[in-house]
Amino acid sequence: MSPELLNALAIFVLAILVGFEVISKVPATLHTPLMSGANSIHGIVLVGAMLIAATADNPLSYVLAFVAVVFGAANVVGGYVVTDRMLQMFRKRETPQKPADTPE
Amino acid sequence: MNQETIYALVFLAWLVGAASFVLGLHQMNSPATARGGNRLSAGGMAIAVLATLVWLVVRPGGLGNSPLPLIIIIGGFAIGGGIGFVLARRVAMTAMPQLVSLFNAVGGGAAALIAIDDYIRGLSIGEMEVSTAIFVVLGAVIGSVTFSGSLIASGKLQGVVPGRPIFFPGSRLLTIVLALATVAGFVLLVLGAAGAVALTAELGIIVLGLIVLAALIFGITMVLPIGGADMPVVISLLNSFTGTAAAMAGFVINNPVLIIAGALVGAAGAILTKLMADAMNRSIANIMVGGFGGGDSAAEQAGAGADGGNVREVGMDDAAIQLAYAQKVIIVPGYGLAVAQAQHAVRELAELLEDRGVEVSYAIHPVAGRMPGHMNVLLAEANVPYPQLREMDEINPEFDRADVALVVGANDVTNPAARSNPASPIYGMPILNVDHARSILVIKRSMRPGYAGIDNELYVNPKTGMVFADAKEGLIQLVAAVKLV
Repeated sequence: MSPELLNALAIFVLAILVGFEVISKVPATLHTPLMSGANSIHGIVLVGAMLIAATADNPLSYVLAFVAVVFGAANVVGGYVVTDRMLQMFRKRETPQKPADTPE
Repeated sequence: MNQETIYALVFLAWLVGAASFVLGLHQMNSPATARGGNRLSAGGMAIAVLATLVWLVVRPGGLGNSPLPLIIIIGGFAIGGGIGFVLARRVAMTAMPQLVSLFNAVGGGAAALIAIDDYIRGLSIGEMEVSTAIFVVLGAVIGSVTFSGSLIASGKLQGVVPGRPIFFPGSRLLTIVLALATVAGFVLLVLGAAGAVALTAELGIIVLGLIVLAALIFGITMVLPIGGADMPVVISLLNSFTGTAAAMAGFVINNPVLIIAGALVGAAGAILTKLMADAMNRSIANIMVGGFGGGDSAAEQAGAGADGGNVREVGMDDAAIQLAYAQKVIIVPGYGLAVAQAQHAVRELAELLEDRGVEVSYAIHPVAGRMPGHMNVLLAEANVPYPQLREMDEINPEFDRADVALVVGANDVTNPAARSNPASPIYGMPILNVDHARSILVIKRSMRPGYAGIDNELYVNPKTGMVFADAKEGLIQLVAAVKLV
């Protein structure tokens, strides 16, 4: 194995551990936005799609790269926008709690 | 600037992106900082993507002589981003889980395409290292499984694909055969790259094509037997898969930001999947075997339900009086409330009751709705004050003090069989102790069983009054009736 590959493996393993730590403390109410937010992050494949598009030099590669860019862009843009829409609703509203007095 | 300096700057930009993903996810731990966290993550993504574009243009040789790559990148981004933006803006909050699943599908598809493209290119120039072959096949297989699997999951939630578990003769066998075929193809390609097996470029591409085909079918046969009720867990698992596929694609094209972001999501998705399965007291393996959960179509078995006891039906006026003269009311909203778009009506009823001095809170089961936390999102959209939303463990002891528990469109999460009947498929699932309230009102269209496809003995409890109505219509009529009390 090349040194680059070993470095990449080290990064991979550490990033997995970071992922475990970062996630394990999230309250249940935020699970849906969190899933959606994590979903947008793997839209990073868009960067990979752009890189293969740049080196494409035959019709098949062009098609593969184009579809990959479309898919990746949909994942990134759609993912972040829909997550933002969900989180927008979590604004805290300070409504005074009424005392539970006897009803009339 | 020379090439090295430019690449170093681009690399640093990728690192900034990766760091912002970690910090952004961390900020999503709390409702107060969650939105900022998502925006931080989005900003990091923008930096990573822009830096990539700059690198591609200014590096020596740039994008070559053909304008095609730039057209593909800009045009593809405009099309894909445009579609994603419009869908994300327009989707109803009730349909959100299937949209997330759809975005997950295309993400997995993109990762698979990157791996496939790299393999074809490598073979055509006669360069294929063993390690690259391994990551190519892993990326292509995992990406393909998530692509087809997420599409089926999305279809099940949307109702395009029946939500009930689907088995066909030999489906288990087919799944096993597909898995074995994929592994065999994987071994063949790796041996080919190692030179142990003479594999021509054409043959290698055909084998990869067959592997991808098998993985696509595997994704379908994996999700079809799983009931609609378990889809959130499946989507979360597939989300984790996509992260892993992105990391594999990162290894293939040797890109650090793909590896970091992919691994991060792979781990995050795995934890989240575990948390969701725990909330239902099920193991992930048990869910993936499938067969549980009827989905919407199981409800077609209709009327069979609850003939073991007498159902007491109450009218709107009686229900209104019960609510209006209660001291403490706990509302238990479920997915039925969401599909009927009744979140605004329920808020109106709650405000009306509060004006009369009734203490109102909402009991939110962790899996209420179609995804954990889904119900919070829906109620927040209807301007229900956040402090009134109470989680299961917090609210359960309070049912003993509640005068009325009002169940709107929730079913399985209120079924006492989960506590008392070891024979029940949902036995052991944590439920809301609705039956501990002094009286219970259930707004429901009919006696049809819920998503898990089983009867709810709560409905034949002598304390329970059934209000047969659509969630929204029923609540609107209740609001009118309470105003007259």
